[in-house]
Amino acid sequence: MARIEFKQLAHTYRADPRGLEDYALKPMNQVWRDGGAYALLGPSGCGKTTLLNIISGLLQPTAGRVYFDGVDVTERPTAQRNIAQVFQFPVIYDTMTVFDNLAFPLRNRRVPEPEVKRTVERVAEMLELGAELRRRARGLSADAKQKISLGRGLVRSDVAAILFDEPLTVIDPHLKWTLRRKLKQIHQSLGLTLIYVTHDQTEALTFADEVVVMHDGRVLQSGTPQELFEAPAHKFVGHFVGSPGMNFLPCVLEADGARVDGVRIALPPDVVAKGRRAGGRFEIGVRPEALRLEAEPRNGAPRVRIEALAELGHYRIAAVRLGTHPLKVKLPEEQEPPRDAAYLCFTPALTRLYADGVLVG
Amino acid sequence: MQLTLERVDLKVGVETYLGEVDLVLEPGSLNVLLGPTLAGKTSLLRVMAGLDRPTGGRVLVDGRDVTGQSVRRRNVAMVYQQFVNYPSLTVYENIASPLRQAKRLSAADIDRRVRATAEMLRLDGLLDRLPAELSGGQQQRTAIARALVKDADLLLLDEPLVNLDYKLREELREELRQLFAGRRTTVVYATTEPQEALILGGSTIVLDAGRVLQAGSALAVYHGPCSVRVAEVFSDPPINVMPIRIEGELCRTPDGAAFPRGEHMRGLPGGEYRAAVRAEHVRVNGAAGRAALGAIVELAELSGSETFVHARHAALTLIARQDGVHEYRLGEQVTLHFDPDRVLVFDTAGALVAAPRHPALERRVA
Repeated sequence: MARIEFKQLAHTYRADPRGLEDYALKPMNQVWRDGGAYALLGPSGCGKTTLLNIISGLLQPTAGRVYFDGVDVTERPTAQRNIAQVFQFPVIYDTMTVFDNLAFPLRNRRVPEPEVKRTVERVAEMLELGAELRRRARGLSADAKQKISLGRGLVRSDVAAILFDEPLTVIDPHLKWTLRRKLKQIHQSLGLTLIYVTHDQTEALTFADEVVVMHDGRVLQSGTPQELFEAPAHKFVGHFVGSPGMNFLPCVLEADGARVDGVRIALPPDVVAKGRRAGGRFEIGVRPEALRLEAEPRNGAPRVRIEALAELGHYRIAAVRLGTHPLKVKLPEEQEPPRDAAYLCFTPALTRLYADGVLVG
Repeated sequence: MQLTLERVDLKVGVETYLGEVDLVLEPGSLNVLLGPTLAGKTSLLRVMAGLDRPTGGRVLVDGRDVTGQSVRRRNVAMVYQQFVNYPSLTVYENIASPLRQAKRLSAADIDRRVRATAEMLRLDGLLDRLPAELSGGQQQRTAIARALVKDADLLLLDEPLVNLDYKLREELREELRQLFAGRRTTVVYATTEPQEALILGGSTIVLDAGRVLQAGSALAVYHGPCSVRVAEVFSDPPINVMPIRIEGELCRTPDGAAFPRGEHMRGLPGGEYRAAVRAEHVRVNGAAGRAALGAIVELAELSGSETFVHARHAALTLIARQDGVHEYRLGEQVTLHFDPDRVLVFDTAGALVAAPRHPALERRVA
């Protein structure tokens, strides 16, 4: 396994780029720790597949260098990089047995047969494919096939990293839980460097130690799931992570907090001071989970109107309006939702200030 | 339009794609067809559309038998997983195409309807573009606009959002819900995702292995699944199911732990049952619930706002969904708590025998 590093990496698909807007990847420095489990999260077109292809060597970057454990591999072809890849759709040989499919990458590298057998059986056991080893791959269910794809990435002990490109998209919701659990357990026991590309936040957040959020060719934030949730560095991250995403309310700054359509919202003094220094267009960012609705007024909580209430099984999402601004509040199942009018309570520790879309504090 | 399916079968060779499907879809209703991959969702939609003729049973439209009648003679629109648009036509012409084919409408009428539909789907700024110049979400919106513009009596959508980014999916889902609400069209929407069924609301029809297991309002089915299988299909993360034995006032789990009967289990005779409790209702350590099971942590997944704890109790892996971020070591001994009043109870064959009280179930019980 290897530590992977980008230095001043950038990529454009155009022969004559006119400016940064023509770059699929804007210049970036990024380190992927040895043994880290990373998720690369972003909407389609954000550059995440381009980035993956640069790591695997399928694509030569327009500018910058790629290092594996300090060695410059920028010019090396895929075959010399020792990267294993798992794709959205299972890539397996239907006519071969499960055993032969798993053995394929090893036999290809002329690994002695006793070692092939040992390794394949170990990986098959981890993936709970032990009972299927003698079966032909044809006729297996989609998730079993995808397990074989995962297994083919795992049999090689010499890989620098395993790259996953939306590997669970075609899998049923229930099996996703099982497969993700397997993957996570394998990561914990083998300490592999894993990079997992997805547009699905649940997959990204539950899989990774560190989530790298991309938008428009840039890395906007790289952090633990908790950091992305509690302190999104950028408005886009607040919107993209979380379902529903973070609420944003345009506001003006005053000495002791922010004012949204005349309603005062408390902010710590240092955040207000930082905001003044930063300047720009201000917004309050607050997650639906960090808001509460009370039936009685308390501590000057503003009155809001409940416009819609969505029943989502074990919780409810209330759509309310503060002044002219719509926002969403997550209500626990136990709470009887207030009728029509309610009072909106903020959690001060989870109320954020943004200036021109960037986190102030 | 009212659509009725009477004992519809679809057999291909020895395989049963659909078995004895009985359904009545009311005019203007929204129906979500929920089931795992290969449950028969697409087969059922194709039979409803008239694209496939069932091998048994009848399809009725407003009481009239239309079994086997060609789709061309019925006013049906369909949206597929893969966005299907005419690549050489602009967005405007794509949306206009069903109107040009089907009916004799004046150019002004067509123009008015195309623009109104495009506006509804926020495509009004993109009418001159070709599909290749659109994002995935815009392409799928174009396909949906084409299905809506002809004001079909029956609109069938087959996992229409599955190929889109999850954030886009969230937005479109919300838009679709509002769009369906104001129309007289009967809508059938197929999905594998429980969350989607809850967000869209309306009726949920649970399909598995070609059979309708349950149909009813989304919340009534969610809170009162008629079988273990329905509970499983309608839960994400998977619902926790464990065998229990009711003895006197106690429910015993396989490893000998016991918890008191819930309020709703009062009348049940002693014996073997299966208990199911949703991950949202299981707590780890902390405040003691009336049911407490010892378990060993296998994995803790963080989703930023929540922690999913997978823990082994006897031979079962149970999942607890907790608010906030919590750290657990692999192999750590924990106690899982839940309230017996939240437990669904099934007999050993998997049929529901007791469900916790819920407002969504009142009407049905009464």
